[in-house]
Amino acid sequence: MGTGIGIAILILLIVIIGGIAILAITWFTSYNRLVKLRNWVEEAWAQIDVQLKRRYDLIPNLVETVKGYAQHEQETLTQVIEARNQMNNPNNSRNEQMAANNQLEGMMNRLFALREAYPDLKANQNFQQLQEELTSTENKIAYSRQLYNSTVRDYNTKIQSVPTNLIAGVHNFIQQEMLETPEEQRENVKVDFNTGDRS
Amino acid sequence: MMYKQIERNKRHTVFIVAGFIVFVLAVGAAITYLMAGEIFTGMILALVLGGAYTAMMLMSSTNVVMRMNHAHEVKDGSEHRRLWDAVGNMAMVARIPRPRLFIIKDSSPNAFATGTSPEKGAVAVTTGLLDRLNHEEIEGVIAHEVAHIRNYDIRLSTIAVALVSVVAIISDLGIRMMFFSRGGNNNNKHPIMLIFALILVIIAPLVAMMIRMAISRNREYLADASAVELTRNPGALARALEKITGVSQPVSEASGASASIYFADPLKRKTAQLFSSHPPPQERIERLYNM
Repeated sequence: MGTGIGIAILILLIVIIGGIAILAITWFTSYNRLVKLRNWVEEAWAQIDVQLKRRYDLIPNLVETVKGYAQHEQETLTQVIEARNQMNNPNNSRNEQMAANNQLEGMMNRLFALREAYPDLKANQNFQQLQEELTSTENKIAYSRQLYNSTVRDYNTKIQSVPTNLIAGVHNFIQQEMLETPEEQRENVKVDFNTGDRS
Repeated sequence: MMYKQIERNKRHTVFIVAGFIVFVLAVGAAITYLMAGEIFTGMILALVLGGAYTAMMLMSSTNVVMRMNHAHEVKDGSEHRRLWDAVGNMAMVARIPRPRLFIIKDSSPNAFATGTSPEKGAVAVTTGLLDRLNHEEIEGVIAHEVAHIRNYDIRLSTIAVALVSVVAIISDLGIRMMFFSRGGNNNNKHPIMLIFALILVIIAPLVAMMIRMAISRNREYLADASAVELTRNPGALARALEKITGVSQPVSEASGASASIYFADPLKRKTAQLFSSHPPPQERIERLYNM
Protein backbone atom coordinates (compact mmCIF):
# COMPACT_ATOMS: atom_id res chain seq x y z
CA MET A 1 0.00 0.00 0.00
CA GLY A 2 2.79 2.32 1.03
CA THR A 3 4.69 1.48 -2.13
CA GLY A 4 1.61 2.31 -4.23
CA ILE A 5 1.49 5.85 -2.87
CA GLY A 6 5.25 6.11 -3.25
CA ILE A 7 5.06 5.22 -6.94
CA ALA A 8 2.20 7.69 -7.47
CA ILE A 9 4.21 10.48 -5.90
CA LEU A 10 7.24 9.53 -7.96
CA ILE A 11 5.23 9.65 -11.20
CA LEU A 12 3.73 12.99 -10.22
CA LEU A 13 7.20 14.34 -9.51
CA ILE A 14 8.53 13.13 -12.84
CA VAL A 15 5.58 14.72 -14.65
CA ILE A 16 6.08 18.04 -12.87
CA ILE A 17 9.84 18.10 -13.42
CA GLY A 18 9.39 17.04 -17.03
CA GLY A 19 6.82 19.77 -17.57
CA ILE A 20 9.10 22.41 -16.09
CA ALA A 21 12.00 21.18 -18.18
CA ILE A 22 9.99 21.35 -21.41
CA LEU A 23 8.76 24.82 -20.51
CA ALA A 24 12.29 25.98 -19.73
CA ILE A 25 13.70 24.58 -22.95
CA THR A 26 10.93 26.20 -24.99
CA TRP A 27 11.59 29.46 -23.19
CA PHE A 28 15.34 29.36 -23.81
CA THR A 29 15.11 28.43 -27.47
CA SER A 30 12.46 31.04 -28.20
CA TYR A 31 14.45 33.68 -26.37
CA ASN A 32 17.63 32.79 -28.25
CA ARG A 33 15.77 32.87 -31.54
CA LEU A 34 14.46 36.33 -30.73
CA VAL A 35 17.93 37.57 -29.82
CA LYS A 36 19.29 36.18 -33.07
CA LEU A 37 16.58 37.86 -35.12
CA ARG A 38 17.08 41.16 -33.30
CA ASN A 39 20.81 40.99 -34.00
CA TRP A 40 20.07 40.25 -37.62
CA VAL A 41 17.94 43.38 -37.81
CA GLU A 42 20.81 45.43 -36.36
CA GLU A 43 23.29 43.80 -38.68
CA ALA A 44 21.05 44.53 -41.67
CA TRP A 45 20.87 48.16 -40.61
CA ALA A 46 24.65 48.26 -40.25
CA GLN A 47 24.87 47.12 -43.89
CA ILE A 48 22.75 50.09 -44.95
CA ASP A 49 24.71 52.43 -42.71
CA VAL A 50 28.03 51.45 -44.26
CA GLN A 51 26.72 52.27 -47.72
CA LEU A 52 25.12 55.53 -46.59
CA LYS A 53 28.46 56.61 -45.10
CA ARG A 54 30.27 55.60 -48.26
CA ARG A 55 27.94 57.76 -50.28
CA TYR A 56 28.24 60.58 -47.78
CA ASP A 57 32.01 60.54 -48.28
CA LEU A 58 31.83 60.38 -52.06
CA ILE A 59 29.50 63.34 -52.55
CA PRO A 60 31.97 66.19 -51.83
CA ASN A 61 34.30 64.77 -54.50
CA LEU A 62 31.46 64.65 -56.97
CA VAL A 63 30.40 68.20 -56.18
CA GLU A 64 33.99 69.42 -56.57
CA THR A 65 34.32 67.72 -59.92
CA VAL A 66 31.04 69.10 -61.24
CA LYS A 67 31.87 72.57 -59.94
CA GLY A 68 34.90 72.78 -62.20
CA TYR A 69 32.77 72.27 -65.31
CA ALA A 70 29.40 73.77 -64.46
CA GLN A 71 29.73 76.97 -62.45
CA HIS A 72 26.22 78.03 -63.40
CA GLU A 73 24.64 75.16 -61.54
CA GLN A 74 25.46 76.61 -58.13
CA GLU A 75 21.91 76.13 -56.90
CA THR A 76 21.83 72.41 -57.64
CA LEU A 77 25.20 71.96 -56.01
CA THR A 78 24.10 73.78 -52.86
CA GLN A 79 20.98 71.66 -52.67
CA VAL A 80 23.00 68.46 -52.94
CA ILE A 81 25.26 69.57 -50.09
CA GLU A 82 22.25 70.53 -48.00
CA ALA A 83 20.59 67.18 -48.60
CA ARG A 84 23.86 65.47 -47.69
CA ASN A 85 24.12 67.36 -44.41
CA GLN A 86 20.60 66.39 -43.51
CA MET A 87 21.50 62.75 -43.83
CA ASN A 88 23.95 63.00 -40.99
CA ASN A 89 21.58 64.09 -38.22
CA PRO A 90 22.05 61.52 -35.44
CA ASN A 91 18.64 62.25 -33.91
CA ASN A 92 16.80 61.03 -36.99
CA SER A 93 14.89 57.77 -36.87
CA ARG A 94 15.80 55.14 -39.42
CA ASN A 95 12.88 56.04 -41.59
CA GLU A 96 13.82 59.72 -41.43
CA GLN A 97 17.36 58.86 -42.42
CA MET A 98 16.03 56.92 -45.37
CA ALA A 99 13.77 59.82 -46.34
CA ALA A 100 16.79 62.16 -46.35
CA ASN A 101 18.61 59.56 -48.37
CA ASN A 102 15.80 59.40 -50.92
CA GLN A 103 15.86 63.14 -51.28
CA LEU A 104 19.60 63.10 -51.79
CA GLU A 105 19.19 60.42 -54.40
CA GLY A 106 16.81 62.60 -56.39
CA MET A 107 19.28 65.47 -56.16
CA MET A 108 22.12 63.34 -57.39
CA ASN A 109 20.18 62.15 -60.37
CA ARG A 110 19.86 65.81 -61.31
CA LEU A 111 23.59 66.17 -60.89
CA PHE A 112 24.24 63.19 -63.14
CA ALA A 113 21.83 64.59 -65.72
CA LEU A 114 24.11 67.63 -66.05
CA ARG A 115 26.60 65.58 -68.02
CA GLU A 116 24.28 65.86 -71.03
CA ALA A 117 24.58 69.66 -70.95
CA TYR A 118 28.34 69.63 -70.34
CA PRO A 119 30.17 67.25 -72.69
CA ASP A 120 33.50 67.97 -70.99
CA LEU A 121 32.07 66.81 -67.70
CA LYS A 122 30.74 63.66 -69.32
CA ALA A 123 34.22 62.89 -70.64
CA ASN A 124 35.94 63.54 -67.31
CA GLN A 125 37.51 60.35 -66.01
CA ASN A 126 37.00 61.30 -62.40
CA PHE A 127 33.33 62.07 -62.96
CA GLN A 128 32.76 58.75 -64.69
CA GLN A 129 34.44 56.88 -61.91
CA LEU A 130 32.49 58.69 -59.22
CA GLN A 131 29.27 58.02 -61.04
CA GLU A 132 30.11 54.35 -61.28
CA GLU A 133 30.97 54.23 -57.57
CA LEU A 134 27.79 56.02 -56.56
CA THR A 135 25.60 53.88 -58.78
CA SER A 136 27.12 50.77 -57.25
CA THR A 137 26.56 52.18 -53.75
CA GLU A 138 23.00 53.04 -54.69
CA ASN A 139 22.40 49.49 -55.80
CA LYS A 140 23.86 48.15 -52.57
CA ILE A 141 21.65 50.45 -50.53
CA ALA A 142 18.59 49.16 -52.37
CA TYR A 143 19.48 45.54 -51.62
CA SER A 144 20.53 46.15 -48.01
CA ARG A 145 17.23 47.87 -47.53
CA GLN A 146 15.39 44.89 -48.90
CA LEU A 147 17.36 42.63 -46.57
CA TYR A 148 16.53 44.93 -43.66
CA ASN A 149 12.83 44.81 -44.41
CA SER A 150 12.66 41.06 -44.81
CA THR A 151 14.62 40.64 -41.57
CA VAL A 152 12.29 43.01 -39.71
CA ARG A 153 9.34 41.12 -41.15
CA ASP A 154 10.63 37.82 -39.76
CA TYR A 155 11.42 39.42 -36.41
CA ASN A 156 8.00 41.05 -36.11
CA THR A 157 6.22 37.86 -37.12
CA LYS A 158 8.08 36.00 -34.40
CA ILE A 159 7.19 38.62 -31.79
CA GLN A 160 3.51 38.46 -32.68
CA SER A 161 3.07 34.71 -32.87
CA VAL A 162 2.26 32.28 -30.04
CA PRO A 163 4.06 31.37 -27.80
CA THR A 164 6.98 33.67 -28.56
CA ASN A 165 4.81 36.73 -28.01
CA LEU A 166 4.76 35.95 -24.25
CA ILE A 167 8.53 35.69 -24.07
CA ALA A 168 8.95 38.80 -26.21
CA GLY A 169 6.62 40.65 -23.84
CA VAL A 170 8.48 39.63 -20.69
CA HIS A 171 11.92 40.42 -22.09
CA ASN A 172 10.84 43.62 -23.73
CA PHE A 173 11.42 42.81 -27.39
CA ILE A 174 9.71 45.59 -29.28
CA GLN A 175 8.48 45.63 -32.84
CA GLN A 176 10.68 47.31 -35.44
CA GLU A 177 9.52 49.58 -38.19
CA MET A 178 10.07 48.57 -41.80
CA LEU A 179 11.70 51.08 -44.12
CA GLU A 180 9.16 52.62 -46.43
CA THR A 181 10.15 52.70 -50.06
CA PRO A 182 8.44 55.11 -52.41
CA GLU A 183 7.46 53.37 -55.63
CA GLU A 184 9.64 55.40 -57.96
CA GLN A 185 12.63 54.50 -55.84
CA ARG A 186 12.85 51.01 -57.26
CA GLU A 187 12.84 52.45 -60.74
CA ASN A 188 15.79 54.71 -59.96
CA VAL A 189 17.89 51.71 -59.18
CA LYS A 190 17.27 50.28 -62.60
CA VAL A 191 18.05 53.47 -64.47
CA ASP A 192 21.30 53.59 -66.42
CA PHE A 193 22.07 49.93 -66.29
CA ASN A 194 21.22 49.14 -69.87
CA THR A 195 24.33 50.71 -71.27
CA GLY A 196 25.78 47.22 -71.45
CA ASP A 197 29.26 48.08 -70.22
CA ARG A 198 30.76 45.16 -68.42
CA SER A 199 33.75 46.82 -66.82
CA MET B 1 2.29 32.85 -54.75
CA MET B 2 6.07 33.02 -54.56
CA TYR B 3 6.31 31.61 -51.02
CA LYS B 4 3.71 28.97 -51.78
CA GLN B 5 5.77 27.79 -54.73
CA ILE B 6 8.89 27.54 -52.59
CA GLU B 7 7.02 25.55 -49.94
CA ARG B 8 5.51 23.20 -52.48
CA ASN B 9 8.85 22.62 -54.16
CA LYS B 10 10.54 21.81 -50.87
CA ARG B 11 7.82 19.27 -50.06
CA HIS B 12 8.18 17.62 -53.45
CA THR B 13 11.92 17.31 -53.02
CA VAL B 14 11.63 15.53 -49.68
CA PHE B 15 9.25 13.00 -51.24
CA ILE B 16 11.43 12.43 -54.26
CA VAL B 17 14.63 11.90 -52.28
CA ALA B 18 12.92 9.57 -49.82
CA GLY B 19 11.53 7.66 -52.79
CA PHE B 20 14.98 7.53 -54.36
CA ILE B 21 16.55 5.99 -51.27
CA VAL B 22 13.76 3.42 -51.04
CA PHE B 23 14.31 2.67 -54.70
CA VAL B 24 18.05 2.07 -54.26
CA LEU B 25 17.32 -0.26 -51.34
CA ALA B 26 14.69 -2.11 -53.42
CA VAL B 27 17.14 -2.71 -56.24
CA GLY B 28 19.68 -4.09 -53.79
CA ALA B 29 17.03 -6.31 -52.26
CA ALA B 30 15.87 -7.55 -55.67
CA ILE B 31 19.36 -8.70 -56.60
CA THR B 32 19.96 -10.87 -53.55
CA TYR B 33 16.40 -12.13 -53.81
CA LEU B 34 17.08 -13.31 -57.34
CA MET B 35 20.27 -15.02 -56.29
CA ALA B 36 19.68 -16.31 -52.80
CA GLY B 37 16.03 -15.75 -52.02
CA GLU B 38 16.61 -13.23 -49.26
CA ILE B 39 16.54 -9.45 -49.33
CA PHE B 40 18.52 -8.07 -46.38
CA THR B 41 22.05 -8.65 -47.67
CA GLY B 42 21.20 -6.69 -50.81
CA MET B 43 19.66 -3.84 -48.87
CA ILE B 44 22.67 -3.52 -46.61
CA LEU B 45 25.00 -3.76 -49.60
CA ALA B 46 23.09 -1.01 -51.41
CA LEU B 47 23.09 1.15 -48.28
CA VAL B 48 26.83 0.83 -47.68
CA LEU B 49 27.74 1.29 -51.34
CA GLY B 50 25.34 4.22 -51.73
CA GLY B 51 26.56 5.91 -48.56
CA ALA B 52 30.24 5.52 -49.42
CA TYR B 53 29.83 6.69 -52.99
CA THR B 54 27.71 9.70 -51.99
CA ALA B 55 30.24 10.72 -49.33
CA MET B 56 33.04 10.46 -51.88
CA MET B 57 31.20 12.63 -54.41
CA LEU B 58 30.31 15.22 -51.78
CA MET B 59 33.96 15.58 -50.83
CA SER B 60 35.22 16.29 -54.34
CA SER B 61 35.94 19.98 -54.39
CA THR B 62 34.71 23.06 -56.21
CA ASN B 63 38.08 23.35 -57.91
CA VAL B 64 37.57 20.04 -59.68
CA VAL B 65 34.22 21.14 -61.10
CA MET B 66 35.65 24.48 -62.20
CA ARG B 67 38.66 22.88 -63.86
CA MET B 68 36.33 20.46 -65.62
CA ASN B 69 34.49 23.43 -67.11
CA HIS B 70 37.63 25.49 -67.84
CA ALA B 71 36.70 28.36 -65.55
CA HIS B 72 39.11 30.94 -64.19
CA GLU B 73 38.51 32.77 -60.97
CA VAL B 74 37.82 36.48 -60.50
CA LYS B 75 39.48 37.43 -57.22
CA ASP B 76 38.24 40.98 -56.63
CA GLY B 77 36.01 43.72 -57.97
CA SER B 78 38.61 45.49 -60.12
CA GLU B 79 37.54 43.61 -63.24
CA HIS B 80 33.89 42.81 -63.95
CA ARG B 81 32.86 45.32 -61.32
CA ARG B 82 29.11 45.05 -61.78
CA LEU B 83 29.11 41.29 -61.89
CA TRP B 84 31.20 41.26 -58.72
CA ASP B 85 28.74 43.64 -57.06
CA ALA B 86 25.75 41.59 -58.20
CA VAL B 87 27.19 38.44 -56.61
CA GLY B 88 27.87 40.32 -53.36
CA ASN B 89 24.42 41.90 -53.28
CA MET B 90 22.58 38.66 -53.96
CA ALA B 91 24.62 36.76 -51.35
CA MET B 92 23.89 39.49 -48.84
CA VAL B 93 20.13 39.38 -49.40
CA ALA B 94 20.21 35.56 -49.28
CA ARG B 95 22.27 35.73 -46.05
CA ILE B 96 25.02 33.44 -47.28
CA PRO B 97 28.78 34.13 -47.48
CA ARG B 98 29.93 35.65 -50.76
CA PRO B 99 30.46 32.75 -53.20
CA ARG B 100 33.65 32.60 -55.27
CA LEU B 101 33.21 33.91 -58.79
CA PHE B 102 34.46 32.22 -61.96
CA ILE B 103 34.33 33.17 -65.64
CA ILE B 104 34.21 30.69 -68.50
CA LYS B 105 35.40 31.89 -71.91
CA ASP B 106 32.53 30.74 -74.09
CA SER B 107 30.23 32.68 -76.34
CA SER B 108 27.15 30.64 -75.42
CA PRO B 109 25.34 32.46 -72.57
CA ASN B 110 24.99 30.33 -69.43
CA ALA B 111 25.91 30.09 -65.74
CA PHE B 112 26.11 27.55 -62.94
CA ALA B 113 26.70 27.24 -59.22
CA THR B 114 28.57 24.64 -57.20
CA GLY B 115 29.63 23.91 -53.63
CA THR B 116 27.91 21.46 -51.30
CA SER B 117 27.33 24.09 -48.61
CA PRO B 118 26.96 27.88 -48.69
CA GLU B 119 30.47 28.25 -47.18
CA LYS B 120 31.96 26.46 -50.18
CA GLY B 121 29.72 28.12 -52.75
CA ALA B 122 30.96 29.24 -56.15
CA VAL B 123 29.26 30.78 -59.17
CA ALA B 124 30.48 30.63 -62.76
CA VAL B 125 29.21 32.62 -65.73
CA THR B 126 30.22 32.49 -69.39
CA THR B 127 31.52 35.52 -71.23
CA GLY B 128 28.62 35.03 -73.63
CA LEU B 129 26.25 35.77 -70.78
CA LEU B 130 28.05 39.02 -69.97
CA ASP B 131 27.99 40.05 -73.61
CA ARG B 132 24.34 39.37 -74.32
CA LEU B 133 22.50 40.22 -71.13
CA ASN B 134 22.02 43.60 -69.48
CA HIS B 135 22.80 44.20 -65.83
CA GLU B 136 19.30 43.50 -64.54
CA GLU B 137 19.14 40.19 -66.37
CA ILE B 138 22.61 39.17 -65.19
CA GLU B 139 21.52 39.99 -61.67
CA GLY B 140 18.51 37.71 -62.14
CA VAL B 141 20.73 34.83 -63.28
CA ILE B 142 23.16 35.39 -60.38
CA ALA B 143 20.18 35.40 -57.98
CA HIS B 144 19.09 32.05 -59.44
CA GLU B 145 22.57 30.57 -58.87
CA VAL B 146 22.86 32.03 -55.37
CA ALA B 147 19.44 30.52 -54.64
CA HIS B 148 20.79 27.11 -55.70
CA ILE B 149 23.60 27.53 -53.17
CA ARG B 150 21.32 28.74 -50.39
CA ASN B 151 18.79 25.96 -51.00
CA TYR B 152 21.52 23.28 -50.84
CA ASP B 153 20.55 22.21 -54.35
CA ILE B 154 24.11 21.33 -55.26
CA ARG B 155 24.35 18.92 -52.35
CA LEU B 156 21.02 17.42 -53.37
CA SER B 157 21.93 16.96 -57.02
CA THR B 158 25.31 15.51 -56.05
CA ILE B 159 23.51 12.95 -53.92
CA ALA B 160 21.18 12.21 -56.83
CA VAL B 161 24.09 11.72 -59.24
CA ALA B 162 25.81 9.41 -56.75
CA LEU B 163 22.67 7.34 -56.26
CA VAL B 164 22.20 6.99 -60.02
CA SER B 165 25.74 5.67 -60.29
CA VAL B 166 25.18 3.25 -57.41
CA VAL B 167 22.00 1.91 -59.00
CA ALA B 168 23.84 1.46 -62.29
CA ILE B 169 26.71 -0.36 -60.58
CA ILE B 170 24.62 -2.75 -58.50
CA SER B 171 22.11 -3.58 -61.22
CA ASP B 172 24.97 -4.29 -63.61
CA LEU B 173 26.63 -6.41 -60.95
CA GLY B 174 23.36 -8.21 -60.29
CA ILE B 175 22.75 -9.07 -63.95
CA ARG B 176 26.27 -10.43 -64.37
CA MET B 177 26.05 -12.53 -61.24
CA MET B 178 22.71 -13.99 -62.29
CA PHE B 179 24.34 -15.48 -65.36
CA PHE B 180 26.91 -17.24 -63.23
CA SER B 181 24.55 -18.48 -60.54
CA ARG B 182 22.23 -20.29 -62.93
CA GLY B 183 20.81 -23.59 -61.72
CA GLY B 184 20.87 -22.63 -58.06
CA ASN B 185 18.10 -23.73 -55.76
CA ASN B 186 14.90 -21.92 -56.57
CA ASN B 187 12.70 -23.59 -53.96
CA ASN B 188 12.17 -20.69 -51.61
CA LYS B 189 11.35 -18.07 -54.29
CA HIS B 190 7.89 -17.01 -55.32
CA PRO B 191 7.63 -16.96 -59.16
CA ILE B 192 5.75 -13.64 -59.35
CA MET B 193 8.21 -11.99 -56.98
CA LEU B 194 11.02 -13.44 -59.07
CA ILE B 195 9.70 -11.83 -62.27
CA PHE B 196 9.09 -8.58 -60.47
CA ALA B 197 12.63 -8.53 -59.08
CA LEU B 198 14.10 -9.35 -62.48
CA ILE B 199 12.22 -6.51 -64.17
CA LEU B 200 13.25 -4.13 -61.42
CA VAL B 201 16.94 -4.95 -61.80
CA ILE B 202 16.79 -4.53 -65.57
CA ILE B 203 14.96 -1.22 -65.72
CA ALA B 204 16.56 0.23 -62.56
CA PRO B 205 19.23 2.38 -64.26
CA LEU B 206 16.62 4.00 -66.47
CA VAL B 207 14.27 4.72 -63.60
CA ALA B 208 17.13 6.11 -61.49
CA MET B 209 18.03 8.49 -64.31
CA MET B 210 14.42 9.62 -64.52
CA ILE B 211 14.26 10.31 -60.78
CA ARG B 212 17.48 12.27 -60.92
CA MET B 213 16.21 14.43 -63.74
CA ALA B 214 12.91 14.99 -61.94
CA ILE B 215 14.85 16.30 -58.93
CA SER B 216 16.93 18.52 -61.15
CA ARG B 217 13.88 20.00 -62.89
CA ASN B 218 12.11 20.53 -59.61
CA ARG B 219 15.04 22.47 -58.16
CA GLU B 220 15.13 24.72 -61.20
CA TYR B 221 11.61 25.93 -60.51
CA LEU B 222 12.52 26.46 -56.87
CA ALA B 223 15.66 28.43 -57.75
CA ASP B 224 13.63 30.62 -60.11
CA ALA B 225 11.12 31.37 -57.37
CA SER B 226 13.87 32.06 -54.81
CA ALA B 227 15.71 34.30 -57.27
CA VAL B 228 12.61 36.46 -57.53
CA GLU B 229 12.46 36.57 -53.74
CA LEU B 230 15.97 38.06 -53.83
CA THR B 231 15.65 40.52 -56.71
CA ARG B 232 11.89 41.22 -56.63
CA ASN B 233 12.17 41.41 -60.37
CA PRO B 234 10.62 38.39 -62.14
CA GLY B 235 10.58 40.15 -65.51
CA ALA B 236 14.35 40.44 -65.71
CA LEU B 237 14.90 36.76 -64.98
CA ALA B 238 12.25 35.80 -67.52
CA ARG B 239 13.94 37.95 -70.19
CA ALA B 240 17.32 36.43 -69.28
CA LEU B 241 15.83 32.99 -69.74
CA GLU B 242 14.37 34.00 -73.10
CA LYS B 243 17.74 35.27 -74.27
CA ILE B 244 19.70 32.26 -73.01
CA THR B 245 17.38 29.62 -74.40
CA GLY B 246 17.01 31.58 -77.61
CA VAL B 247 20.65 30.84 -78.45
CA SER B 248 20.95 27.41 -80.05
CA GLN B 249 24.73 27.21 -79.77
CA PRO B 250 25.87 24.89 -76.94
CA VAL B 251 28.50 25.69 -74.31
CA SER B 252 31.53 23.97 -75.82
CA GLU B 253 33.44 23.84 -72.52
CA ALA B 254 30.56 22.19 -70.66
CA SER B 255 31.12 18.57 -69.78
CA GLY B 256 28.17 16.21 -69.92
CA ALA B 257 28.61 15.28 -66.27
CA SER B 258 27.99 18.83 -65.11
CA ALA B 259 25.19 19.69 -67.55
CA SER B 260 22.43 19.55 -64.99
CA ILE B 261 24.02 22.24 -62.81
CA TYR B 262 23.84 24.92 -65.50
CA PHE B 263 21.24 27.70 -65.55
CA ALA B 264 19.78 26.28 -68.74
CA ASP B 265 20.75 23.07 -70.53
CA PRO B 266 24.26 23.92 -71.84
CA LEU B 267 24.29 21.09 -74.38
CA LYS B 268 21.06 22.28 -76.02
CA ARG B 269 19.89 18.70 -76.37
CA LYS B 270 16.52 17.78 -77.72
CA THR B 271 15.42 15.02 -75.39
CA ALA B 272 12.10 13.81 -74.05
CA GLN B 273 10.84 15.72 -71.03
CA LEU B 274 11.38 12.72 -68.74
CA PHE B 275 15.11 12.67 -69.41
CA SER B 276 15.89 16.39 -69.59
CA SER B 277 17.78 18.06 -66.78
CA HIS B 278 15.86 21.34 -67.05
CA PRO B 279 12.15 22.11 -67.29
CA PRO B 280 10.98 23.51 -70.63
CA PRO B 281 11.95 27.21 -70.71
CA GLN B 282 8.47 28.29 -71.80
CA GLU B 283 7.07 26.76 -68.63
CA ARG B 284 9.68 28.52 -66.47
CA ILE B 285 9.04 31.84 -68.16
CA GLU B 286 5.31 31.45 -67.75
CA ARG B 287 5.67 30.71 -64.04
CA LEU B 288 7.88 33.76 -63.63
CA TYR B 289 5.36 36.04 -65.25
CA ASN B 290 2.66 34.62 -62.98
CA MET B 291 4.53 35.54 -59.80
